[in-house]
Amino acid sequence: MSVAAAGAVATFAETAHAQTPRRGGRIKVATSQSSNAEKLDPPRGLGQTDYSRGSMFYNGLTVLDENLTPQLALADEIAPSERATVWNIKLRRDVRFHDGSPLTSADVVYSLRRHKDPAVGSVARMLAQPMQEITATGPHEVRIRLSEPNADLPAVFGVSHFQIVKDGATDFRIANGTGPYKCAEFKPGVRSIAVRNEEYFKPGKPYLDEIELFGIPDEPARVNALLSGDVHLVGSVNPRSAQRITSDPNLALFETKSGAYVDLVIRLDQAPGSNPDFVLAVKHMFNREQIRRAVYRNYAVIANDHPIDPTNRFYDPSLPQRSYDPDKARFYLQRSGFVNQTFPIVVSPAASNSEEMAQLLQQTGQQIGLNFQLQRVPADGYWTNHYMKHPIGFGAANAQPTADIQFSYLFKSDAPYNASAWRNERFDRLLLEARAETDDAKRRPMYAEMQRLIHEGSGVCLPVFAIVLDAHSNRLKGLRSIPAGNLMGFNFAEHIWLEQ
Amino acid sequence: MNVARLVLVRIAIAILTLGFVSVVVFLGTEILPGDVAEALLGQSATPEAVAGLRQALHLDLPAYTRYFLWLGGLLSGDPGRSLVNGLPVAGLIASRLPNSLMLAAVTAVVCVPIALMLGITSAIWRGSIYDRVTSFLTMSIVAMPEFLIATLAVIVFAVNLRWFPALSYSTEIGSLGQFFRLFGLPVFTLSCVMIAWMMRMTRAAVIDTLRSSYVEMAVLKGARPMRVVLTHALPNTIGPIANAVALSLSHLLGGAIIVEIVFNYPGLARLLVDAVSTRDMPLLQACVMIFCSAYLFLVMLADIAGILSNPRLRHR
Repeated sequence: MSVAAAGAVATFAETAHAQTPRRGGRIKVATSQSSNAEKLDPPRGLGQTDYSRGSMFYNGLTVLDENLTPQLALADEIAPSERATVWNIKLRRDVRFHDGSPLTSADVVYSLRRHKDPAVGSVARMLAQPMQEITATGPHEVRIRLSEPNADLPAVFGVSHFQIVKDGATDFRIANGTGPYKCAEFKPGVRSIAVRNEEYFKPGKPYLDEIELFGIPDEPARVNALLSGDVHLVGSVNPRSAQRITSDPNLALFETKSGAYVDLVIRLDQAPGSNPDFVLAVKHMFNREQIRRAVYRNYAVIANDHPIDPTNRFYDPSLPQRSYDPDKARFYLQRSGFVNQTFPIVVSPAASNSEEMAQLLQQTGQQIGLNFQLQRVPADGYWTNHYMKHPIGFGAANAQPTADIQFSYLFKSDAPYNASAWRNERFDRLLLEARAETDDAKRRPMYAEMQRLIHEGSGVCLPVFAIVLDAHSNRLKGLRSIPAGNLMGFNFAEHIWLEQ
Repeated sequence: MNVARLVLVRIAIAILTLGFVSVVVFLGTEILPGDVAEALLGQSATPEAVAGLRQALHLDLPAYTRYFLWLGGLLSGDPGRSLVNGLPVAGLIASRLPNSLMLAAVTAVVCVPIALMLGITSAIWRGSIYDRVTSFLTMSIVAMPEFLIATLAVIVFAVNLRWFPALSYSTEIGSLGQFFRLFGLPVFTLSCVMIAWMMRMTRAAVIDTLRSSYVEMAVLKGARPMRVVLTHALPNTIGPIANAVALSLSHLLGGAIIVEIVFNYPGLARLLVDAVSTRDMPLLQACVMIFCSAYLFLVMLADIAGILSNPRLRHR
């Protein structure tokens, strides 16, 4: 072998080595939430810490990938029949729980049925409600009959609340799942320790020996812990801290484009929102470029007053972008008859950046003859006491696994979080039709029309989608962004490794 | 006889106060907007889901029934189960209380001697350069908010110098060195404010006594300064000093919240804040009762120390 060729081989081997996951190592991870309410019970999980921990100890029937397309996990096959109302699920046969018992259909039936028991307090109860019959048709087969067709059911199974627990499990002081790590310690509000599951069904995975996970709710403290080398990975970094992280050669920022957003909600069932011209005036008052630059420090993607973001496969790029246009805003405002009137806008730290956005609106309003008054309320209790309860106020939504869930929760006429009280029969009908359609090519135009209907008619003003930020030590490898949320859609544990 | 009676009355008052506190705590937590069912379900709290969960958690019982159930449990030593994670409240508190007590104890061991020493000496040499310098320093520190001290300490000693960790929780305390490393920054932060407070109050109490007529008498009779301070003035300041120490120390258990947040230290104060935000009433009420009891206990000890050190009562 010639020298030159040997050199080439060596270089190739080096890069290959850098990308080959290495086994071993222990890391500490700090998420953004910490509370005594943390749980190991998947249906009751709430927030980044619970979701991240859930993915260490449990698996779902499916898991969402980089395009939010469901990939099989515990399921070997998920097949629809009768126009997506009946689903037959075959389970993998080589999966064992941490206590050694094999995964069977009884575990899946038990786990899914729990969502319908109000005493469990499942956060995903609404998604589970259409599952009318959940029956075991064999030791490794489950059949689900839905009350209405739903082509997205495999994606629903990728939501962390639907992770599978052992049949009959009621004690969640320790986790007994099928996940890549076993639970060695769990103290709510303090920390959990995950150790490698040597019998994990995905060959070679996971890579780390141990993960210590805890929440540090205070963002500066979380970033300081990373800067001082006390932790290897932190969830949810404020764009204001990005500079501190990128200037440290040992650290890296991890960006995830997602459908998470903070929106201004104008209720359409009361004044002034009952006047469509007023709503259009406000929608034209948003300087989206400025919000992206000044409020989000460029960690945002311009949105178009509807909740489907460009990472979603049903995003419609042909819908014309609404732009900042004070003249149009003044025109619509005059037509609405609300010139020189004063309206309060409710802002709160609970809807992050709402105060900054409202201040920008206030300035634009002064130019065109509309007075906005900022009414600041505390974050504690915001979602129960203020959200959806004022004529004009701010809301927020997390990234959702499917467009259907997004629409059903937040925009359908009878949706529980139809914050602007928008009613549109055409939209409701399209939503049900699209849900029953298993062919993506036929679904796409339906979703495009739904986006247009929201863009035109709803009282939701949606200026930008946030790019969520996490940060980590350079030695940590294997992170890829999954738009379901921070930290690889909370699923980092299975994929990351630590370089020497 | 009289002393014993005074002490007993003082203890009885403390117990009565605690009973009153339990009512106030219960009422106070009742008027918090929202409840645990809503907090647990977060953004998916549809009315029917909330109603179902509320029933499952027995939140649909009338308030007075829940109060007596709770008080009964508390008196029999069982504060119930957490509504949010179903774990026994006693166990949750037992996992945090030792951490809080440890932090308080280490801080007290550091603070009390330094504060008393500074307070007494600056009272004796009041008006001197020494007094003015210590006064200036302590006043500046008292004026600085705790979170600022804590954040600066982290940035300087953890992020830049890397002498101490930025987080202060580890179960792996194997050596004395590790112990100092872990407790260094939290204790430093707490001590700054604590020493300043205690020192100011001690100084004032000692100056007060030094101005009294019997100290003047001792000076006139020719007693040396050391003797005047040690045998004439100090015994009479035990009461006020004990009060100063008790008030400062009672702050350590519940008031260490800033330190617990910045250093991610799993103490009782953070548990309390969690309980408030998730409306976990059994846990919240138990935590508040512990803080109130600790406060009442310390103040009661200080009062009893004052009673016992009062020469007029002692020599009757």
